Amino acid sequence: MGSDEAYNFVFKVVLIGESGVGKSNLLSRFTKNEFNHDSRTTIGVEFSTRTVLLNNFTIKAQIWDTAGLERYRAITSAYYRGAVGALLVYDITKHLTYESVERWLKELYEHADPHIVVMLVGNKTDLESERSVPNEEAKDFAEKKGLFFLETSALDSTNVEAAFTTVLAEIHKKVSSKEVVRGPMSAVTLNSPKAEDTEKKSCCKNI
Amino acid sequence: MSSDGNKKQFWKRNAAKVPGSIQHVYGAQHPPFDPLLHANLIKAGNKPPPATPGKPKKATTFQEFESITSDAWDVGDDDDELLAMAAQNLNIEVVMETANKVIENHSKQQEKQRQDETSELDRREDDTQEEVAEDDEDNEEEEEEDRVEEGDATSPEVLFGSQSSPYTDGRLVKSHSEAPIGSPKAGEHAALHRQRSLPHRPPVIPLVARMADQNTSGTPAMTEREASRLDKFKQLLAGPNTDLDELRKLSWSGIPRQVRPIAWKLLSGYLPANAERRESVLQRKRQEYFGFIQQYYDSRNDEHHQDTYRQIHIDIPRMSPESLVLQPKVTEIHIDIPRTNPLIPLFQQASVQEIFERILFIWAIRHPASGYVQGINDLVTPFFVVFVFEYIEEEVENFDVSSLQEEALRNIEADSFWCMSKLLDGIQDNYTFAQPGIQKKVKALEELVSRIDESVHRHMQQYEVEYLQFAFRWMNNLLMRELPLRCTIRLWDTYQAEPEGFSHFHLYVCAAFLVRWRKEILEERDFQGLMILLQNLPTMHWGNEEVSVLLAEAYRLKFAFADAPNHYKR
Repeated sequence: MGSDEAYNFVFKVVLIGESGVGKSNLLSRFTKNEFNHDSRTTIGVEFSTRTVLLNNFTIKAQIWDTAGLERYRAITSAYYRGAVGALLVYDITKHLTYESVERWLKELYEHADPHIVVMLVGNKTDLESERSVPNEEAKDFAEKKGLFFLETSALDSTNVEAAFTTVLAEIHKKVSSKEVVRGPMSAVTLNSPKAEDTEKKSCCKNI
Repeated sequence: MSSDGNKKQFWKRNAAKVPGSIQHVYGAQHPPFDPLLHANLIKAGNKPPPATPGKPKKATTFQEFESITSDAWDVGDDDDELLAMAAQNLNIEVVMETANKVIENHSKQQEKQRQDETSELDRREDDTQEEVAEDDEDNEEEEEEDRVEEGDATSPEVLFGSQSSPYTDGRLVKSHSEAPIGSPKAGEHAALHRQRSLPHRPPVIPLVARMADQNTSGTPAMTEREASRLDKFKQLLAGPNTDLDELRKLSWSGIPRQVRPIAWKLLSGYLPANAERRESVLQRKRQEYFGFIQQYYDSRNDEHHQDTYRQIHIDIPRMSPESLVLQPKVTEIHIDIPRTNPLIPLFQQASVQEIFERILFIWAIRHPASGYVQGINDLVTPFFVVFVFEYIEEEVENFDVSSLQEEALRNIEADSFWCMSKLLDGIQDNYTFAQPGIQKKVKALEELVSRIDESVHRHMQQYEVEYLQFAFRWMNNLLMRELPLRCTIRLWDTYQAEPEGFSHFHLYVCAAFLVRWRKEILEERDFQGLMILLQNLPTMHWGNEEVSVLLAEAYRLKFAFADAPNHYKR
C-alpha cells in the first residue's frame, strides 16, 4: 500500500466534548488550516488526518471528531476503540460545557485504553471578554486528573498546533518506551501486544 | 452488479406491470457519468419505474412504452457506443429496437429543438442570476454547470429536451463518457463548458438560490414537454377528489416546482384528497399547531425542557444553505458575509431560525421517546423551503422572510411541522435511544452492497472501513449531508411517491449511491483515503439529472430484490 514509506506511525486521536464547543473547527484548523463560522453539527463521526514530523519520525494523526450529543453515544462509544489520544474540549465562555468534563472523562476511561493520553482543551480564547471558566481553575483540575491542559482558539489558531502535537509527542513517547507491534494498516495501540498480533487485532481495528 | 440472467427475467416480468410515464426511463439513461455506470443505467433505464404498484397500463411490451415517449437523447449521440455498452448487459434485440425507435423519434424532435434553442438561450441568460457558484475557484466553470443543471431541472425528467440546446454540436453523451470520473466539476461538465460560450455573468451568488430546484425566477419558458407535464399535474389537482395513486405515479419522476407545495401536502397525507375538505382540515391542523406553541413553547426554559431547547438553540443558528449544500470547507466569501449583510441568506434571518426552533422544540417535547436528535433539524428544511417558495416570485437569495405576511409565515410553519411529523413517524426508531433503526438500516445496507457489488464490499472489508462510520450519517440525515438541497428536494418527490420511501426505498437509494462511486472507492488504497472519500463525496454540482439516475438505479435494485424481502434481515 506504499504508506509505510510515508509515515512511521498512525495514531488515532479522538475529539470529545459537549456540542458546540468547537471540536470540528479544531479538527479543520489542525488538519486543513480552515475555520468555518457556520460549521454545521457533526453527525455520527467525521474523520480527518494530518501527518506531522516529530523527532524525525513521521506520524500520521488519524483524528476522529465525534458528535457531542448524548443521543449519539450509543453509536460513538465504539469509536473510542484503538484511540491512543484524546482532546477533551470545552468552551471557556460556557461554564456548563466545563461542568460536563468529568462525565466525559468517565466515559472516556470506560471505553478507551487506560493509557490513553488526554488533554483538556479550553477553546474559544478569542472570546476572552465572555470567559466564564477561569484558566487557573481548569489548570488545577487537569493537574489533579493527570491531564495535559491548554487553552486554544480554533478561530485565530492560538495553540491549536501545540495542543495536537503535544498529545502526539506524548503518545510517541509512550509508544517508544514499550514493545509495540503495528498492524498493516491499523493504528498503533499502547497495549503491549503479543508478537503474533500483527494482523487484524480487534483492538487495533479502526473503529 | 446483478447478473445478466436476472436482468432478462426481471425485465420481462416487469414489462406487464409497468404503468405510467416513461420519460423517466430516458432520464435515467441519459448522460452517463462513466461507461460502467452508464451500462448499468441502461439496464435500469429499460425498466420504467412505476410509482406504486397498482395501476398497470395495457402496454405489454417495452416497445409500446417507448413509442409513447416523446423525447430521447441528443442529436449526434454515438449510438453505436451506447448500444455496445448496453449490449454487454442486456438483450441485444431489445436494445436495438429501443434505440432505433428513439433515434427515429428524436430526429423528428431535432428540428423542433433547434427552434427552441434560441428561446432557451435567451431564457438561460435571464436565469443566470439564479445560478450559484459554490466556490470561488472557478466561477466560470461552475456558472456553466449551473446553467446546465438549471436547464436540466426545469422539469425533472425532461433531461434531453432541455439539455440539447446548449450543445450545438450535440455530442453531449460522448463528452460525458470521455470526461474523467470522480471530479465531476472538472470532468463531467468540462466538456460541456467547452461547447458553450457564456454571456456575462454576475459574481458569486449565495447558495440560497440553488434550493429552489433551479427554477426560482418568475415564469421561465418551459419546453413543451415540461408544460405538458405541469398540465397533467394541474388537471390531477383540479378535480374534486385527487386521485392519489395517479399523483404518486406522476410524482415519482419529479414534481414541477409550481405544484410541488400542494403535491407534497397531498402525498404526505397532510391534505385530504377531497378538495372540499382541504380548507377546513388545514385550518384545524394549523390551529392545533398554534395551540401547541402556546402550550409548550413558553416552557422551553423550564427546567425539564431546558436541555432539549438548549440543544436545538445551539443547532439552528448553525444551519444555513451553505451548510446543507457544501462540504465543511467553506469559501471565503461565505465566511465573510456578516450577519448584517443586506443579502442575508434565508437561514440566517432570525425569524426563520425562530420558526425552526419552535417546530423542533414542539416536536421533541411531543415525542419523548426520541426527543430532539441532531439531524432532525435538517429534515425540516425541505418542507419549509418548498412551502416558502409557494409565495416567492423573485429569486430566493434576495428573499426577505419579513416580506411575507405574518399569516402566510405562520401557515408555512404549521404545515412544515405537520409534514415533518409525518415523515418522522415512519422513521422514529432512527432516533430513539441507541438509534436501533439506523443500526438496522446500516446493517441492511452492508448486506445489500455485499450482494450487488462484491468488489466494493470486499474493498471496504480489506481496508477495515465499517459501514457505520460513513453510512450512519446517510441514514440519520437521509442523505441530506451528502447532497445539495435541491437534490434532496427532488429526491423527496420520489420518496413521498413511494410506499415507505423514507424508510424502505431510502435503503436502495443509499446502496445505489454507494455503488455509484465504485470507481473512486476502488482507487483508494488505504483506510484514511477511503474514509475521507466517503465522507466527502463530490456531489456539489449534482442536479435533477444525477438524482434521476440514482433513483432509477435504486428502483432497479429494489425490484431485483423484490422476491427476497427478507434478504436484509438476516
